[in-house]
Amino acid sequence: MIWRVVRRRLAVAVPVLAATSAGMFALGAASPVDPAEQYAGAAAFTTSPEVLAQIRANWGVDDPLPVQYARWAGNLLRGDLGWSTSRHEPVADVIAARAGWTLLLIGVTLAVVLAVSLLAGTLAAYRRGGLLDRGLRAGAYAVESMPVFWLALAAIAVFALGLGWFPAGGLTTVTATGVSAGDVAHHLVLPVTVLAISQAPWFLLFVRDSVAQSLRDDHVLAARARGLPGRVVLFGHALRTALLPFLTLIGTHLPELVGGSVLVETVFSLPGLGAVSVQAALGSDFPLLAAITLITTAVVLAANLATDLAYTAADPRVRIDG
Amino acid sequence: MRPLAHRLTALLTTSALVLAACSHPDAAGSSAHARTFVVATAGEPDTLNPILGFGTDGASLIFDGLVARDATNTLVPALAAQLPTVSPDGKTITVPLRPGVAFHDGSPLTSADVVFTYRSVLDPSVDSTLRSDLDMIDRVEAPDATTVTFTLKYAYAPFLQRLVLGIVPAAALQGQDVNTAAFNRQPIGTGPYRLTSWTPGDRLVLAANTAYYGGAPANDTVVVAFVGDDNVRAQRARAGEFDAVELAPKLASGFGDVAGYAVHRVPTADYRGVMLPMGAPVTGDLAVRRALNTAVDRAAMVTGVLGGAGEPAFGPVPPGSAYAEPSVVGTAGGDVAAAARELDAAGWTAGADGVRAKGGQRAAFILMYPAADSLRKELALAVVADAEKVGVEVTPEGLTWDAIRPRMKDDALIMGYGTPYDPDFVSYKLFGGQFAGQGYFNPGSYRNAAVDRALQDGRDHADPAARKAAYAVFQQQLAADPPWVFLTYLQHTYVVRDTVNGVTPRVEAHEHDVANSLWWNIASWTRR
Repeated sequence: MIWRVVRRRLAVAVPVLAATSAGMFALGAASPVDPAEQYAGAAAFTTSPEVLAQIRANWGVDDPLPVQYARWAGNLLRGDLGWSTSRHEPVADVIAARAGWTLLLIGVTLAVVLAVSLLAGTLAAYRRGGLLDRGLRAGAYAVESMPVFWLALAAIAVFALGLGWFPAGGLTTVTATGVSAGDVAHHLVLPVTVLAISQAPWFLLFVRDSVAQSLRDDHVLAARARGLPGRVVLFGHALRTALLPFLTLIGTHLPELVGGSVLVETVFSLPGLGAVSVQAALGSDFPLLAAITLITTAVVLAANLATDLAYTAADPRVRIDG
Repeated sequence: MRPLAHRLTALLTTSALVLAACSHPDAAGSSAHARTFVVATAGEPDTLNPILGFGTDGASLIFDGLVARDATNTLVPALAAQLPTVSPDGKTITVPLRPGVAFHDGSPLTSADVVFTYRSVLDPSVDSTLRSDLDMIDRVEAPDATTVTFTLKYAYAPFLQRLVLGIVPAAALQGQDVNTAAFNRQPIGTGPYRLTSWTPGDRLVLAANTAYYGGAPANDTVVVAFVGDDNVRAQRARAGEFDAVELAPKLASGFGDVAGYAVHRVPTADYRGVMLPMGAPVTGDLAVRRALNTAVDRAAMVTGVLGGAGEPAFGPVPPGSAYAEPSVVGTAGGDVAAAARELDAAGWTAGADGVRAKGGQRAAFILMYPAADSLRKELALAVVADAEKVGVEVTPEGLTWDAIRPRMKDDALIMGYGTPYDPDFVSYKLFGGQFAGQGYFNPGSYRNAAVDRALQDGRDHADPAARKAAYAVFQQQLAADPPWVFLTYLQHTYVVRDTVNGVTPRVEAHEHDVANSLWWNIASWTRR
């Protein structure tokens, strides 16, 4: 059954990916930005129009859009993601060098967010209206209203400059001779914490509400009536039923997490995909933008599929037909 | 379900412990640190290949040009054994190479490498923006292994200044597509440092080239950290990560009272001004152009907008240049009364709304600026305020470059240019009538026959005295018939740890990143 679902989803994914990449090319074509001028940077002002035209001709960026798209799609099928005009290296190399760091940031953040929001949300629901509940809710609303880059700058001011506990940015100590796990972990503490704090409110409030709701469900009341200890009722019965819709929430919130990571990467000068995406967008770098869009789309589709599969596994009543 | 709660608690406790364990402050001051310098800049190069534009102005740390510039920006031989000789007709330049120079991979430097470098720049299939700067070259040849000759299409007096471009080893690139070669990220040069690693978006690590022809560097390692955001760079500097960092003037002055750091304000030839389109009725009017040049309060812009890190600009030749014409000066504080008299005399009389008019034409125009550049925005607003004082209505408009480009012949624009090396650079194309309306060259279509003649004389004549006379005429003509309202020269501001010895600022060009920044001579930096 599962394989049928996966196959069907893949069949849908291919046209979605094609439509996304074509849409990206169309948007790019509507952009008035001249990639050759972006490439030249400050030299654009001292470079003759003929030289810039020659560079555009070398790249074929003045070709009609369908021609550019067909060329790009053809190369993609051969496994060649193209040449990044803003980074001056193969798109595959740009992504290979940076995607890992973005994935690490997002992965660790997601784990922290899940752990914290499940624990804190459940406890808040258990003592609804209590000090913890009110404090968490007030904090969640406050954080939700703060831009993530502001949180990041504040965290740097306090924990890097004020207290000196953590570095203010970068992936490794600037004089480090290699990349060591401990050094990277030390540098990721602030970015992960900031990103987690900025993403946690949604999850936390959601867990709190659905646990509070399921605390009133029949099976939870029955468990209480049987005299089971409060903790067992809370985590074993109430949280368990509340977890199901939570899976969906994770799937749908992944894109937002990716968006937040772009800002966090920028403020903490992490060499992830965030900074290059911005650069690619500003520089009309179609091949790199298309590849990043494709990857993001694929990740979101995969996350949705995984969510649905997890859903069926967790709740036997649920059936999906793909 | 007790275990779940326990597992969660355990997980949180463990992560807290891990975080605590990681948070030990960095141990600084070990002997390895003493021989390592960390500098930080926003400007990360796209490529480390000189052919594609890395270190156009020399001082690229990894590469050497045939010639280099010393602390006073005077040309000195580098890979050339002595300053190249120029034939009497100015069209043949002969360069004898320094013997015994080797690239970082041990291969010897020969004339073939020089020829390859310059031919690649001129090759239309190579995406090099330097081609426009070298379009006077007809041929570059190697008569023997230690001599290079350049044959020019026309005599070009400042040609030797173009020979600071870094030389690449032909063997490492021959037969490859220069645009996509792996060399662009793993360069091999002859310079005082060789590349250890480049993590794009993070840092460049360079190691001393102990076999450097000019002597081994005084330190072992140079790290160039790339931090794009100004505020983040300032914060990391405050955390003590950098020995030298380039910061915006206002952020740098925040370090004035931080113990252990010194602020360096380095003069540049990089000026900002208002480009005035000659085809438009108001900005093309001579009296309006002259009055605006008289009225603007450049001193207030230097203190207010630049935080003191600048100098008033009255023309495109910086005051420190040997070619600067002393007679071209103005009142730094602006002279509103004189400007008003000039407008009155030309028939621009004040209307009911305080804005002058002449023959039904209101003295009003739009001033564009690139919206992302906060410095140019503030300068635009200062011009608006100063123009209002003399009854000229200027409407500022922040736009992107692609929106600005098609409007440059109609609307004024805050522009910036400047290079300290020769007055021919930039000015020839920016103010020359033959370049009118060609992209960013002379976008306002300024045409002045005397200026054209002076610019041509400055380029044709090799004799320094003749050139100086030509550029004196050029500057006087620009002052009499101004194409721009010149506003200010910028200063680049750096914060440097005061234990660093050997910092020697020199006049900088607009572009300064890994190459050609305050750390142009970092090979001689030591620590107290």
